[in-house]
Amino acid sequence: MAMPVTHYLRTSKMPHIWCAGCGHGIVLGAVLRAIDSLGLDKDQVCVVSGIGCASRAPGYLDFNTLHTTHGRAIAFATGIKMAKPELKVIVLTGDGDAAAIGGNHLIHAARRNIGITTVCFNNSIYGMTSGQYSPMTPTGSLASTAPYGNIEEPFDLCDLVYAAGASYVARGTAYHALLLSKLIAKAIATEGFSFVEAITQCPTYYGRRNNMRSAVDMLKWQKEHAVPVAAAAKMSAEELVGKFRIGELGTRTRPEYTGRYAAVIEAAQKEEAEEDA
Amino acid sequence: MLSKAGTRLMQGNEACAEGAIAAGLRFFAGYPITPSTEIAEELALLLPKVGGKFIQMEDEIASISAIIGASLAGAKSMTATSGPGFSLKQEGIGFASYTEVPCVIVNVQRVGPSTGVPTAPAQGDVMQARWGTHGDHPVIVLCPSSVAETFTLIIEAFNISERWRIPVIFLMDEVVAHMREKVVVPDVSRIRLAERPRPQVAPDQYLPYAAGEDLVPPMADFGSGYRYHVTGLTHDQTGFPTTKAPEVDALARRLDAKMKRAAPHVTFVDELLVDDAEVAVFAYGVTARAAAKAVRDARAQGLKAGLIKAKTLWPFPSEHVRRVAERARAIVVPEMNMGQLVLEVERASAGRANVVGLSRVDAEPITPDEILAKLREV
Repeated sequence: MAMPVTHYLRTSKMPHIWCAGCGHGIVLGAVLRAIDSLGLDKDQVCVVSGIGCASRAPGYLDFNTLHTTHGRAIAFATGIKMAKPELKVIVLTGDGDAAAIGGNHLIHAARRNIGITTVCFNNSIYGMTSGQYSPMTPTGSLASTAPYGNIEEPFDLCDLVYAAGASYVARGTAYHALLLSKLIAKAIATEGFSFVEAITQCPTYYGRRNNMRSAVDMLKWQKEHAVPVAAAAKMSAEELVGKFRIGELGTRTRPEYTGRYAAVIEAAQKEEAEEDA
Repeated sequence: MLSKAGTRLMQGNEACAEGAIAAGLRFFAGYPITPSTEIAEELALLLPKVGGKFIQMEDEIASISAIIGASLAGAKSMTATSGPGFSLKQEGIGFASYTEVPCVIVNVQRVGPSTGVPTAPAQGDVMQARWGTHGDHPVIVLCPSSVAETFTLIIEAFNISERWRIPVIFLMDEVVAHMREKVVVPDVSRIRLAERPRPQVAPDQYLPYAAGEDLVPPMADFGSGYRYHVTGLTHDQTGFPTTKAPEVDALARRLDAKMKRAAPHVTFVDELLVDDAEVAVFAYGVTARAAAKAVRDARAQGLKAGLIKAKTLWPFPSEHVRRVAERARAIVVPEMNMGQLVLEVERASAGRANVVGLSRVDAEPITPDEILAKLREV
């Protein structure tokens, strides 16, 4: 009973703002197919974003949608999830939004293990402001604010979020769109905090500066550098240099935060009733 | 324990927390900071007893963000902080103001700028409370001067924020926050509570930012079947971004007009002996207590003095000042800052009375004798 993705889109808000060749539409399609595969009620889905190219996605989606301040989407989402734990709360964010200005909220939401799914559209650059380096820009890459090459090392965002305590962590790419959709579906179905890093291409502000002039060049790069986790397990450290793993990178079962808070309410009310008695 | 009707000895921060619950507060997010921390501590204890939620966030910005999210999901929400934290929350306050999400932000003022004197009182955030975030925006600022007033005024803060969909800044000071006084707690079931206007139309007819005559658009809770978009970008009546000049203009002007429409309903001022006053004091917060004593002492000495005690600082109670300025020869404005609201008093007085500031910025409250001396001088 799969619905077309248009069932979940505010088609009247098209055309979207993304550049020709941008991978964000592919990632967003993967998010919608994931939601569809789970049969979620549109009224019970809340999509929250920060600032940046990826964060414009919720405006095109027919859910309860919230476009917040730069970096703070997960903090807004935390309030929504606390107030209404029955909602499926999904954060759509970019690498600058999630890993730089919003990095603190990302690790603390993972630590609390609150039932929010975060999909990070990682295009290695600040696209909205036209190509400054982000915490996910590879070392040596050129950016408008790294005209001599980026001298910083990027995060491994998945390792970071898993180390912080998330229940589910996975990585996919725009090239591997079907896999990406399956990973996002498993993330949304996870009770605790879940995180999917979606490697996507920005030919306009990253590719053109870094010898990948077209979206096709960048998708080929994704294909050639991604290694499925099962294959990676059989490879040596030397063989994995310059590559990145895709698939499920970490799963664990921990108590979810709003469930824990429900127990706090129960205990507090029991204590209050005993005091009154 | 939860506030039950009766007479209690309460701390100001405790009255703030319990009054907020009486007002319907059901979600609080905060971060520890002196001298507001007891508000969070009280609410961590009390909120779950009424089925409400408390969370200590990772920072001040997360706290303001979380309360806006919770309010969008339908919960009456609040955060509490002090100077440095209040500075950090400004972007979020602007978001709440522009997207018209009801919420209450408590700022227990301490000496600033920067870290200042964390444990000592000041009134230095009056202008920041009104204009701290960037851009024109509506915001309402209330300021209690006693523990009992804290309890009743925080209830008004919630009612105003819900009714008008405007963030309310609750501007306390370290003295009021930490002193203990008698509070007569009313029967909670008899407290009048306001709710945000909610849509009366079917979801497919809902325009989230189309306001009626009162300029306040109805607000649907997330998850209630009204799927709509909220953005901090300039938006049209549908809630979606716009850069069209007439729509950008229309939103700015409606929000300004909404604040003016709300003004008579949200302006709380206590007047003491102003009808025949030849000299008057305009004061707020802890300073208003010293001012009341100074006015009575002046009267005892034969000087016809009066007091305008502002409980609403913004919108500024210009009419009250203007009326007193018509008769009085001078208005003294004691403030624990280098002179902030004195400029507004001057503007409202418009040359009718001589307006004289009295600043104290040494981390100590202004005394009745200092105000009395100034009243005798002017």
